[in-house]
Amino acid sequence: MKRFLLMLLLLASPVWAVEPREMLDDPVLESRARDISAGLRCLVCRNENIDDSHADLAHDLRVLVRERLVAGDTNTEVVDYIVERYGEYVLLQPNRDGANLILWYAGPAMALFGLILAIGFIRQQARKRASGEGRPDALSDEERARLQQIMGD
Amino acid sequence: MIVELGHFTLILAFAVAIFQMVVPLVGASRGWPEWMAAAVPAASAQFLLTAVSFAALTFAFVTSDFSVALVTANSHTLKPLLYKISGVWGNHEGSLLLWVLILTLFGAMAAWFGGNLPPRLKARVLGVQSAIGVAFFGFILFTSNPFLRLENPPMNGGDLNPLLQDPGLAFHPPFLYLGYVGLSMTFSFAVAALLEGRVDAAWARWVRPWTLAAWLFLTIGIALGSWWAYYELGWGGFWFWDPVENASFMPWLISAALLHSAIVVEKREALKSWTILLAILAFGFSLIGTFIVRSGVITSVHAFANDPERGVFILFILAFFMGGAFLLYALRAGAMQAKGVFSLVSRESALVVNNLLLAVSAFVVFIGTLWPLLAEIFFDRTLSVGAPFFNAAFFPFVLVLAVALPIGAVMPWKRAGVGRALRVVAPALVPAGAAVLLCYAVFTGHSAIGPLFIGLAVWLVISAGLDLLSRTGRGALGARLARLGRLPRADWGKAVAHTGLGLTIFGIAALTTFASEDIRVARIGESFELGPYTLTLTNVQDVQGPNYASRMGTVEVARDGAAVSTLHPERRFYPVARMPTTEAGIDSGLTRDIYVVLGDPQQGGFALRSYIKPWANWIWGGAIIMALGGLLSLSDRRYRVAAGARKQATRTDGVPAE
Repeated sequence: MKRFLLMLLLLASPVWAVEPREMLDDPVLESRARDISAGLRCLVCRNENIDDSHADLAHDLRVLVRERLVAGDTNTEVVDYIVERYGEYVLLQPNRDGANLILWYAGPAMALFGLILAIGFIRQQARKRASGEGRPDALSDEERARLQQIMGD
Repeated sequence: MIVELGHFTLILAFAVAIFQMVVPLVGASRGWPEWMAAAVPAASAQFLLTAVSFAALTFAFVTSDFSVALVTANSHTLKPLLYKISGVWGNHEGSLLLWVLILTLFGAMAAWFGGNLPPRLKARVLGVQSAIGVAFFGFILFTSNPFLRLENPPMNGGDLNPLLQDPGLAFHPPFLYLGYVGLSMTFSFAVAALLEGRVDAAWARWVRPWTLAAWLFLTIGIALGSWWAYYELGWGGFWFWDPVENASFMPWLISAALLHSAIVVEKREALKSWTILLAILAFGFSLIGTFIVRSGVITSVHAFANDPERGVFILFILAFFMGGAFLLYALRAGAMQAKGVFSLVSRESALVVNNLLLAVSAFVVFIGTLWPLLAEIFFDRTLSVGAPFFNAAFFPFVLVLAVALPIGAVMPWKRAGVGRALRVVAPALVPAGAAVLLCYAVFTGHSAIGPLFIGLAVWLVISAGLDLLSRTGRGALGARLARLGRLPRADWGKAVAHTGLGLTIFGIAALTTFASEDIRVARIGESFELGPYTLTLTNVQDVQGPNYASRMGTVEVARDGAAVSTLHPERRFYPVARMPTTEAGIDSGLTRDIYVVLGDPQQGGFALRSYIKPWANWIWGGAIIMALGGLLSLSDRRYRVAAGARKQATRTDGVPAE
């Protein structure tokens, strides 16, 4: 937490997140700008999008996004334009390509694998009951031996 | 002098920890009762010595002893007393001392209240716990000594980071550490069980309270941190999927899975080896969290380990304990024979699904947190993984969990029917469906995800009540309601915790779906509309605080001409640390917060950001209710009066009669 805070503080210059003078008059364009901003990382911050960031660079990026929108770019074009200039690092949501597929599909794959494993395990131990082995009321060898010992006394 | 005493007792505690690591474990494997019994006084001594050491450091902070390097770096004479004290753990070295203090406290508690544990198990638990202690005492003494003196003490200190000077954050780390370190206790029990080669209901009954305690402290710690971020960072976000937050969230998820699977071990003596694995993993994630926070590896990918020595030390601790535990697990887990068997549709299976979902979602958070590092090392790609990824990858599992939870919760053990379980909670489907439709209809144009989660929240909360009611048997409703009070506290704990989860999901869904904002330059005296409210900036003045200067605005909030409240958003400047902070003006309410942030003067007015944050407090309220549910469960009769039951259990374990 501390390092995160420190980082925030170092960047807490007088400029702060989305400023009135940056905003576009057209509410539709402005809301599109917000949607785009939420997916763009402030490059000098810790995992913050440019909307939430206080940094000067985030301010520049917010202005840039709006300039492109006013120029008539689609959302994808704006993002591509910024990725071209600043690299993949600027995307908070990594592309689903190449090695990133591991990132995206590791969770679902593990869920599926786990589910198959779990069903297999539950079936197997349930079958054991059917065959009488390991019944909840069955005695272990140890217990059977002890029972015999007690009964023998 | 007192500072040196603190340093000295810390070294003594280290020595005692080494003793407690070796002697009881040797005693347990050889069957020497005296050697095993040595663990108890050693655990007490370790705790007392560490407590003295911690008190010494606190003393140095309270008296502003600037000959101590740590005090100079993190304190100031003008700072309020509360923050002088919280400054003790507001830094790496001091927080590590707090960590070992809690570690030894848990060890001592296991020694004091573990009178009914079989002596061998107890010796092993305390020995393993002390081994963790040895690692961390070594870490603090060799790499992060908090008691270092300065040759030329300055007149005053560098002040604590102003963002940390806040009641919410003052208590955030202690709770979080109680959680992290509480998981060391379950780890010790797991390793001890592997050494013993047996896990039974008695073991689970011993482990579950520690897991519950660790989980509920983690819940409170995370909620405090999130609440603090909401009101302090100035834009009303409550969760950022920051690596440091994820570091606390992963152990929370795993411990939530663990406390559910421990129920199965306790009640049905099944899922034993899985539970052991979770107990090991939970502490593993705690250690990974420590590594993430303290090594700086993930913080900034480009400055790889800006604290290499510490990072390597923690990695070594992590590798040793996880490697050792997994090795032991591989050798011994096969011996854990399940007794209870269950069919594919049963409470046990439902809890397996719960475990699967929680473990997978923890894994998603884990891989997302580490991915920037892995991608850079192995694929030479510099990329970021932020909130949009986590939201997309994490919430589907929450969705499935929320759908399945109420059905699984009402299933009976061993063998159940989906239809029968559904009949119990079916009445909750109606209000849940109505909530979805209503939210979707009223807020057309939004995505359907928000209303869907709100419906799920309603589903969770109402079914928790129905679940509780279904435990009261048959008969007239009045008689059943009267019987509610006599249900075991564990049942209440379950219902309350599940309700809390529902409320938190509701808060998150409502806040993210329905928030509205207004960003403008406001002149003094100017009014503007925000939703149903009228906000007026009436005044901006400079105010002097104890150790900061503040520009404080006054914003009157009215609704239909009637005053609602007066807010004082601030911009503070801490001259010693030379840092500005934002203090939002918040009118908290049950159904909405009005949240106002003051900015800089511009164009003859001040930048002003105002938000309506609907149902925001339910996020943390829900978390506190979850923790309360944990507390109720923890106070269940069977943990308080289980002494007799345990004795019986140990006797069947084949322990020689006294």
